[in-house]
Amino acid sequence: MTTDTTTDTTTRPAAHGVAERRGLFDREILGRASIDAVRKLDPRVEIRNPVMFVVLIGAIVTLVESIAHPGIFTWSVTIWLFLTVLFANFAEAVAEGRGKAQADTLRKMRADTEARLLNADGEETRVAAGALAKGNVVVCEAGDIVPSDGEIIEGVASVDESAITGESAPVIRESGGDRSAVTGGTKVLSDRILVRITAERGHTFLDRMISLVEGASRQKTPNEVALTILLAALTIIFLPVVVVLQPFAHYSGNSVQVVVLVSLLVCLIPTTIGALLSAIGIAGMDRLVQRNVLAMSGRAVEAAGDVQTLLLDKTGTITLGNRMASSFTPVGGHDEREVAEAAQLASLADETPEGRSIVVLAKDRFNIREQALGPHEFVPFSALTRMSGLDAGDRQIRKGAADSVRQWVIGQGGSIPPELDGIVERVARAGSTPLVVADGPAVVGVIELKDIVKEGIQERFAAMRAMGIRTVMITGDNPLTAAAIAAEAGVDDYLSEATPERKMALIRSEQEDGKLVAMTGDGTNDAPALAQADVGVAMNTGTSAAKEAGNMVDLDSNPTKLIDIVEIGKQLLITRGALTTFSIANDVAKYFAIIPVLFAGTYKVLNRLNIMHLHNASSAVLAAVIFNALIIIALIPLALRGVRFRPMSASAILRRNVWIFGVGGVILPFLGIKLIDLILTATGAY
Amino acid sequence: MNLTWTLVIFAVVMILIWRFLGSYLAAVYEGRVRYLRFVEGPIYRLIGVDPEVEQSWQRYAGSVISYSAVAILVVYGMLRLQGSLPLNPQHLGAVGPALSWNTAISFLTNTNWQAYSGESTMSYLSQMGALAVQNFASASVGIAVAIALVRGFARRGSPTIGNFWVDLVRGVVYVLLPISLVAAVIFIGQGAIQTFAGPVTIHDALNHVTQVIPRGPFGSQEAIKQLGTNGGGTYNANGATPFENPTAFTNFLSIVLLLAIPFALTYTFGKMVGSFRQGVSVVAAMIILFGAWVAMGEIAEHGTNPAIAKAGLTFQPGGNVEGKEVRFGVSDSIFYNVASTQTSTGSVDAANDSLTPIGGFTVLTGMMLGEVSPGGTGSGLYTILLFAIITVFIGGLMVGRTPEFLGKKIQSKEVKLAALGVLIMPIVVLMLTGIAVSIHAGRVGPLNHGPHGFTEILYAFTSMANNNGSAFAGLNANTAFYNVAGGIAMLLGRFVVMIPCLAMAGVLAAKQAVPASVGTFKTDTPMFTGLLLGVILIVGALTFFPAVSLGPIVEQLLSRKFF
Repeated sequence: MTTDTTTDTTTRPAAHGVAERRGLFDREILGRASIDAVRKLDPRVEIRNPVMFVVLIGAIVTLVESIAHPGIFTWSVTIWLFLTVLFANFAEAVAEGRGKAQADTLRKMRADTEARLLNADGEETRVAAGALAKGNVVVCEAGDIVPSDGEIIEGVASVDESAITGESAPVIRESGGDRSAVTGGTKVLSDRILVRITAERGHTFLDRMISLVEGASRQKTPNEVALTILLAALTIIFLPVVVVLQPFAHYSGNSVQVVVLVSLLVCLIPTTIGALLSAIGIAGMDRLVQRNVLAMSGRAVEAAGDVQTLLLDKTGTITLGNRMASSFTPVGGHDEREVAEAAQLASLADETPEGRSIVVLAKDRFNIREQALGPHEFVPFSALTRMSGLDAGDRQIRKGAADSVRQWVIGQGGSIPPELDGIVERVARAGSTPLVVADGPAVVGVIELKDIVKEGIQERFAAMRAMGIRTVMITGDNPLTAAAIAAEAGVDDYLSEATPERKMALIRSEQEDGKLVAMTGDGTNDAPALAQADVGVAMNTGTSAAKEAGNMVDLDSNPTKLIDIVEIGKQLLITRGALTTFSIANDVAKYFAIIPVLFAGTYKVLNRLNIMHLHNASSAVLAAVIFNALIIIALIPLALRGVRFRPMSASAILRRNVWIFGVGGVILPFLGIKLIDLILTATGAY
Repeated sequence: MNLTWTLVIFAVVMILIWRFLGSYLAAVYEGRVRYLRFVEGPIYRLIGVDPEVEQSWQRYAGSVISYSAVAILVVYGMLRLQGSLPLNPQHLGAVGPALSWNTAISFLTNTNWQAYSGESTMSYLSQMGALAVQNFASASVGIAVAIALVRGFARRGSPTIGNFWVDLVRGVVYVLLPISLVAAVIFIGQGAIQTFAGPVTIHDALNHVTQVIPRGPFGSQEAIKQLGTNGGGTYNANGATPFENPTAFTNFLSIVLLLAIPFALTYTFGKMVGSFRQGVSVVAAMIILFGAWVAMGEIAEHGTNPAIAKAGLTFQPGGNVEGKEVRFGVSDSIFYNVASTQTSTGSVDAANDSLTPIGGFTVLTGMMLGEVSPGGTGSGLYTILLFAIITVFIGGLMVGRTPEFLGKKIQSKEVKLAALGVLIMPIVVLMLTGIAVSIHAGRVGPLNHGPHGFTEILYAFTSMANNNGSAFAGLNANTAFYNVAGGIAMLLGRFVVMIPCLAMAGVLAAKQAVPASVGTFKTDTPMFTGLLLGVILIVGALTFFPAVSLGPIVEQLLSRKFF
């Protein structure tokens, strides 16, 4: 994993659906945000952000001062203080803007569709989709829009879910099993299905999605609350620090302008992080949405950053979905070609990907093509025989699990070549699945079906390990096979012969050790585990039970995305920490700008602390205030995109961030304030 | 003995104390040491405590408060009734109400701020029965709270954090009394005064002067004065009188004693949480701050005194000798003063008022950083742990995990408590100084005008709110305003830090621990020590920079051509 997975969203090809791609600074969003920024000046809204509320009060105080004692300096400070608040509101509004735009798109989609309600007597009535209640049964035929969330109780259909997932290829939905859920707003392309509605009015997946992307039900996450407390404490402490300066100044035979005191207060309280905190949180959720993942709460996103154990399903996540034939091994004096020939015949009618891969391999290796067969009959795979093959005249060819074929051969009066067991075991130990091929009573050879580990997955697991996250592969395979694939993929551990109960037990035991666990799942039997896991990502293709149980839904149904989710969670926290550090570090320079001029009336010598050689008292104070406001605007892109995150150890990340945001945060404002002071001086107004 | 050798021997002694006293303290508070059971047992029966029953944090804090309330009343009563009580050879009358209130709180809170001269105000009974008792008890309370907080980190899913009464008694019986006993014998052996015979009158026939020299059973109190980081002298001159601090050796011993427990507790902390390195990373921060402040003080005082230079005497080869204890010289005196302001002791060897501006800056800011280098008995450790929690929170965020400290998640409750504990001191200091400079009763206090007078007021409240007790001198503190306001500062500075610490202990003890991985923010590394120092310095600098710039900084700038 060398690429920067969390920031490459901007370079990925455009998707559609929820994740309709908009630039970070889409003109429409910026326009709307500017209006919202003013609207958010309402003190009742502002008070939710204690830091900016103090700035707003300060701005009102200086406004009164400016009216009482008008002057270019007092008015400039007042204007810049109001701008500081507006910039903070703007940051939040921009972050919300993308969500609102997406919500609008989704709302259009929800535009009332008609439902064909099936009454108990089998009659169809047309009703508005909004009138459907839980438990109603509706009919959907090719061309119909599914009116609400539900479960197919009869039939099979291909469904276009692009409206929600952005994926244009239709998916198959059928009654029973794990592919029975349909989502309101998707379109049936073929066939006819009966759907039982499972969602209450106003609580459909689409409704939830709208409120999620819009941030309507956004609550502060635990970590955000903790940080807000720290910021409030830092704000409270600076109140007495600044307030007592007036009596201190009086004692020293001096007096300080109220405007200057307010400016100092605003510069000292952590406005930078205070202004950007909620934008960071909203943008974090939004980054998930951009990746087609819907988090049901900000809490879940934060938990993702804390995850220490990842449970990953083998199939589809670690390996490509299907096993592929990779070799033919002859036994009992046969040669490889004979094995290939028999295997090909046995697989001709086998439409499974495994079966097709056998035909392909036979063609590739020995150029065996479809052959003219006499009258023949295919023997399909059944769970009872665990074999498939074909009967052509007196020739009976079978392929299947080793024990089944072995029994069948003995039943045919044949004998088992002594080397067979060894070969079967060798193949299994390598993590592959052995299929034995028999031609009548003679065992011909062994086909090796290999699990193909996804390309680049080892590097991703290594990156996880570097971040301190343990990966556990979940598979139904036997321990031998599981161990081999686990070794090849480079996971830290595996759970073989997994059942929902064992999966649940594993999650519980990890959690008892104090670890946070993330997992993906799609089946109904995954639901308890999804609910138990700290981060449960349900696949959108999965059942509605699974989607209800998890706290995130992946619309792409790509289990590998769990890794991205963890990175986004971490990035969210890092961004908060980095900007907090930056905000506090900034104060050093502001002190050096303001304190020397604060008591200049009494103690001219204090001007020796004016190490930036700022022009005069007014320009120094104003420069600090302007820098304080502009830095908010300058950091909005960083707050929305998040601090660059690379998987590495905590110590390495910390070192990097302390240098950039701690040390950089001390130095930058010295340069910035000096520069603004030069510009102010050049205007000649000060 | 020159400074280099003093420091070498000092370092060796301190390392041994850190290691062995540290592990002994852990054994005492984990209940593994029991050889004085026959002393402990009767005390528990007397106060009706079952030593086997532990307390929740609320009960623990309740015990601290109820004990403190009773103790204040007892000391207050004894001082008010002094004239009618025995062991009063000088026939000293009752102590005034404002001064009694201030003094009772002062000794209870381990501050030992003294708005009076001991030899002419306190009877032997007041010294021994009221004040010295609190010297033991207040030190033990401090250690108890620190240990309770450490237990919070060490325990998993525990509803209790120990038993206050047991911790209080064990601290006195196993730690403070035995060490004080040995040290007091050394002090007396070296010449510290110890007698019940009352004052002597000496008539100098040659000069026709009659002098009354107060005496008393004071040598025995020297050891606990230092060991418990109390610092309240029986004489006004404190460590600068031969009756209290007779020789260079006792001067050295004093410094070692006052640093012993605060430093050693970091080892105890590491041992009790099962991470030696964690203890080291905390003590490293303390040592760096302590070393830097000692160096700053030494450099400043070995330079010239600008006030004397202004008078025309620019050549001062011995450094700023003004106000130093001449028996020990500049180096040892300033070392003593810095050590006593960096702990919450506050005993003095030299007049802080006569230090150079930067020397004054050194002792003042040493306290302003929150008394964590190494701070008072117990209070140093628990305060630096509050700073550590804030450090962990900010640092932990920067690595992308909900911050953890020793496996305990640091969430909103912890942040709230730590912020309260850390920020109460600066708020109290600044507000009370602001009031003092605004009202007549406060403005008449300082001896000097201008920045030096301002520093005198600022110093007084800094000293009291930090429970240090050292005086800058020059301030007439025995007035109703300073006694009452100071009492409030001391109470807030003590209990508004202690109670959040105990609440933190309770919250942390109840939590399960998260296992560490490479994704965890490591708190036992030099990086952490550096960040912790950064947080301590930045919080201190941001809160006090404006105030200090009006005091010692402007004074230094005014008196010199360069900075």
